[in-house]
Amino acid sequence: MAWRIIGCGNLDRGDDAAGLLVVRRLHALIENLGVEIAGLEIMEQSGESFSLMDCRTGFEHVILVDATAPSGTPGQVRVWNAHAGRLPEEVFPCSTHAFGVREAVELARAMNRLPQTLLIYGIEGKQFSLGAPLSPEVERAVVPVAKQLMMRVSDSLVQTSRRPPRGTLSGDLGRW
Amino acid sequence: MSKQPSKTIKVETLARVEGEGALYVKLKGDQVQDVKLKIYEPPRFFEAFLRGRHFSEIPDIVARICGICPIAYQMSAVHAIERALGVEIDPSVRLLRRLFYCGEWMESHALHVYMLHAPDFLGYPDAIAMARDHQAIVQQGLRLKKAGNRIVALMGGREIHPVSAAVGGFYKTPSKSALRELVDELTWALDASLATARWVSGFDFPDFEQDYEFVSLSHPGEYPFNEGRIESNRGLDIDASEYEENFTEQHVQHSNALHSVLRGCDSYMVGPMARFNLNFDKLPDVAQQAARDCGLQPPCLNPFRSIVVRAIELVFACHEALRVIREYEPPATPRAHTTARASTGWAATEAPRGLLYHRYGLDQDGLIASAKIVPPTSQNQKRIEEDLWHFVGQIATQPSEEITWKCEQAVRNYDPCISCATHFLRLHLERH
Repeated sequence: MAWRIIGCGNLDRGDDAAGLLVVRRLHALIENLGVEIAGLEIMEQSGESFSLMDCRTGFEHVILVDATAPSGTPGQVRVWNAHAGRLPEEVFPCSTHAFGVREAVELARAMNRLPQTLLIYGIEGKQFSLGAPLSPEVERAVVPVAKQLMMRVSDSLVQTSRRPPRGTLSGDLGRW
Repeated sequence: MSKQPSKTIKVETLARVEGEGALYVKLKGDQVQDVKLKIYEPPRFFEAFLRGRHFSEIPDIVARICGICPIAYQMSAVHAIERALGVEIDPSVRLLRRLFYCGEWMESHALHVYMLHAPDFLGYPDAIAMARDHQAIVQQGLRLKKAGNRIVALMGGREIHPVSAAVGGFYKTPSKSALRELVDELTWALDASLATARWVSGFDFPDFEQDYEFVSLSHPGEYPFNEGRIESNRGLDIDASEYEENFTEQHVQHSNALHSVLRGCDSYMVGPMARFNLNFDKLPDVAQQAARDCGLQPPCLNPFRSIVVRAIELVFACHEALRVIREYEPPATPRAHTTARASTGWAATEAPRGLLYHRYGLDQDGLIASAKIVPPTSQNQKRIEEDLWHFVGQIATQPSEEITWKCEQAVRNYDPCISCATHFLRLHLERH
């Protein structure tokens, strides 16, 4: 069973960095725990849909993490199961080149190329202008989402300890 | 005299174009009263923040202007700076730069033909809806684009914002065996491009022709990428150093992108149709024959048929990439030596969307004292508005939704890259 977790976004556009920061925290979390998780790949991506479609090739289980459009509740985390229905257009507006995460998912659906599992974690953003800082609400959401992702994939993957574990995986996650 | 009804069509966000813009059309009866292509994407000031940087940094900085055509920006920059510094490049580097450009044309043209423009002709709102009914076609388009991506990734170190282009050559050049690994996919891509041309040539095209001034590079022996004089079908024949004596940029109130004009006032067209019409005889036989088989010959004056021209250029790019790979011998050194000197250099190269002009002034330490960049979409902007003036007049009696759809399609004829010019188009149609 192979999982790929893809953080999407742009570090230079405020809350658009959310997906990238989540996968970086996830990576750090795994490092801190001193474990290797066989079958898990974590990557960063701009969110450009065609590259995103390629990123999923060869993986049965995929999680995308991206910022979502503002709707008055910055930092709110929502999870969509791509197999349950279409992604809402208003939540994933077009990227600057008109093909983003939603288009990648919907194009894959139209072409019967959805992976076995495709979950989309969305963190609602507040500010997306060039050079803007991360908003405090989105910043507070990053670690909990990273932990959720860790918990979700850890149950289904073989964990190999690189050094003596300091405690149980779930226990450590709770303190992190 | 009866009072003519009037209406305004506004496309608030133009979709399926590269960037953010809007379109405003005002009609009184069947008379067009106003057309404005509004580019509201904020200006990006690249020319200003290049100043004071060392010339060696420029290719990597300008690559950031556009995620679709970074190679074009790199190529115009390196050629302009090499001219300023008097650098001669190795013939193998010259070949590799053509291959690099082939990759970008394939990526950009495949994206536009399949994902952005074809849905217009087939009556779909977007490529996703089209993919539900035409899976194999969309699959073919994605694979073609990916074939281009492979060239760019090999040559540039990565698919987006490549990092290998350098003044004098490349930071790293590929081995012959690395290039040969592309041959099978490019051979498939050539066949797929021919199939693409046959497919798009069967679309219904509006009956619309204009008397264009086409402007492109022209080279005596090859279909243009990086070298050649700037020529037009109305007698323009200049070196890149004379560009600013002939072309000027004008600020218009409704757009953050400057409008380029020729001879102080004239609109003109750059891009695939201009290249095709001015350089048809330089296309390889396979591309010329493919064009004839599609019923396409110069001069092509119907901008809606630009989708066929792009498909022919896909044929060319695949064929040219295979030629380069066959002939390639690695250079003795990846890049020529460069020495800073106070100087000015100019270059124009052919981005997928058309002529891309760069000028750089350097000081004695090789720092950029001045920079000027004129992207293709700035050059086409005035021409797009003029097309719309004439085209909307032909369809003014149709329902607003139909006018809106066709106006967006007309804008997409130019595959405008608004992010380069200053990204979506919003259409506002006003009828009185």
